[in-house]
Amino acid sequence: MAKATRQAFGESLARLGESHPQIVVLDADLAKSTKSELFAKKYPDRFFEMGISEANMIGVAAGLSFMGKLPFLCSFGCFLTGRYDTIRLSAAYAHANVRLIGTHAGIGIGDDGHSQMGLEDVSLMRALPTMGVFQPMDARETEFIMNFLVNEWKGPAYLRLTRQNLPDLFPANQPFEPGKLMKIREPQNNSATSTKLGKTSNRRVTCIGTGATVAEAVRASEKLEAQGVALTVWNAHSLKPFDEITLGRIAQNTDLIVTVEDHSVIGGLGSCVAEGLAKTTHHPRLVKLGVQDTFGESGDPAELYEKYGISADAIVRSVLEEVGK
Amino acid sequence: MQVSELTALSNELRISIIDMLTEAKSGHPGGSLSAIDILTALFFHEMQGVDQRMSPERDRFVLSKGHAVPALYAVLYKKGFIPFEELSTLRRMGSRLQGHPDRVRLPIVEASTGSLGQGLSVAIGMALGQKLAGHPSRVYCMIGDGESQEGQIWEAALSAPKFKLSNLCAILDANNGQIDGPVQQVMPIEPIADKWKSFNWHVIEIDGHDMNQILNAFREARTLQDEGGEKPVFIIARTVKGKGVSFMENKIEWHGVAPKPDEAKKAKDEILKERR
Repeated sequence: MAKATRQAFGESLARLGESHPQIVVLDADLAKSTKSELFAKKYPDRFFEMGISEANMIGVAAGLSFMGKLPFLCSFGCFLTGRYDTIRLSAAYAHANVRLIGTHAGIGIGDDGHSQMGLEDVSLMRALPTMGVFQPMDARETEFIMNFLVNEWKGPAYLRLTRQNLPDLFPANQPFEPGKLMKIREPQNNSATSTKLGKTSNRRVTCIGTGATVAEAVRASEKLEAQGVALTVWNAHSLKPFDEITLGRIAQNTDLIVTVEDHSVIGGLGSCVAEGLAKTTHHPRLVKLGVQDTFGESGDPAELYEKYGISADAIVRSVLEEVGK
Repeated sequence: MQVSELTALSNELRISIIDMLTEAKSGHPGGSLSAIDILTALFFHEMQGVDQRMSPERDRFVLSKGHAVPALYAVLYKKGFIPFEELSTLRRMGSRLQGHPDRVRLPIVEASTGSLGQGLSVAIGMALGQKLAGHPSRVYCMIGDGESQEGQIWEAALSAPKFKLSNLCAILDANNGQIDGPVQQVMPIEPIADKWKSFNWHVIEIDGHDMNQILNAFREARTLQDEGGEKPVFIIARTVKGKGVSFMENKIEWHGVAPKPDEAKKAKDEILKERR
């Protein structure tokens, strides 16, 4: 069943609140949108409405963490990371055990336009020492990451969530391995052939997505399979730490990696992969799909995904163009 | 500790500050010397449980104006948390005594500060945590007058009364100096008492170098909490930048410059003379 990861987060948080009395939640007048209201309704004494004062909220959360609480502070990703200096010093430098929840990731929010879109939040958060950066691809993975953030992670972490619904993708019989890249789809014939383009190629192609774009990559893989091109799809739920070990193995067995993210290509998933590949002696070509150093805009999410080159069809076009080379 | 003892101790710590800064060849004497009387009163008279560092019930102090950290290191040294030899490592590579407070390297420091405007929010989080835990303990936070130009201070000012944090006491070290000049020229903050009153804080205005007035203000703040008051307290401490060293007093150029050895000697002679 399709569900927004912010909704899955809110439900998870309300559930975890029961068994973890140290959890407290702060929001900056967006509790209805971030879904922290689900916790607020259940545990009003452990919920703090901070008003439209994100910087103060970050500092207060750091102070609460020093008193042994586990604060979740919620807002749109762009508004949280907009108070970067406070995150940098009061939270990250101080090793504050806080969970920064940034919803409304990327151009996928649609109508509200650029000012509400988290488009460089991953890049900013990755640059901070001690900060973990996580992004689930569906509701089930959100729950796994929430459990991990409550029970295992120490120090500050940023969780990036979508406004829009995302289809269920997490494989039914697979365990969640924190921090690891996960294979989501592998077509039967794993050698790409581009006979449709008038010549034969057996180049092996891999796509790595994160968050909302994993579903696009899966659809692209299905479409390409019908055209005789095998695109293997991986999901990166952890952008920091980034699983460079698995990336190294993927790189040995592929001729082309396409990364796709609803985020700037500067400092996001594409950069994680580029940094990992650069450490290997021989590596495949990398194509980074994402928002190409430009601002977002208002519009229908599906049309925006198409325009900004991160839809399933856009991935198909990029792969075919590369395979045809 | 008696008022006269606290005053003498404060002057002794002024010498530690001068020594630290001279050895480090950098740092901020002006704002450290304006703050030291208040810090001495807090750590040696007012705050409870500071000798039981790990007790969750201890009173806490956040130095939001982080550049005055030599004053904090001086009281922590005198409290026995920092060995004397370590004072000379201030601002040296690998030292726990970073140029601004770092709670990871030196956990006796309650909050990492140094980018101005942030410490009061952290102190509010601590005060909120104490209330949640049902502790009667208190949180103190010192901010600067120049620092009050930061927007986050006013976000914090709005929020503490909402949560009825009468266990929180903020102290303004109003020394009227900042790097580019007098606060009233750089960006006026007055009438500062009216501002905090209108934000629903209980405001007390004192001479920040008069030990009697300092102790009375802290007593008044604690009494308000004990008697079930709901307002956080804001103490405006009128201070002198560089207090205790005549050639540093009210001189902006001593905001962030360490004394040279001959200047340090002159400064210490003057402080010692004052002690007698």
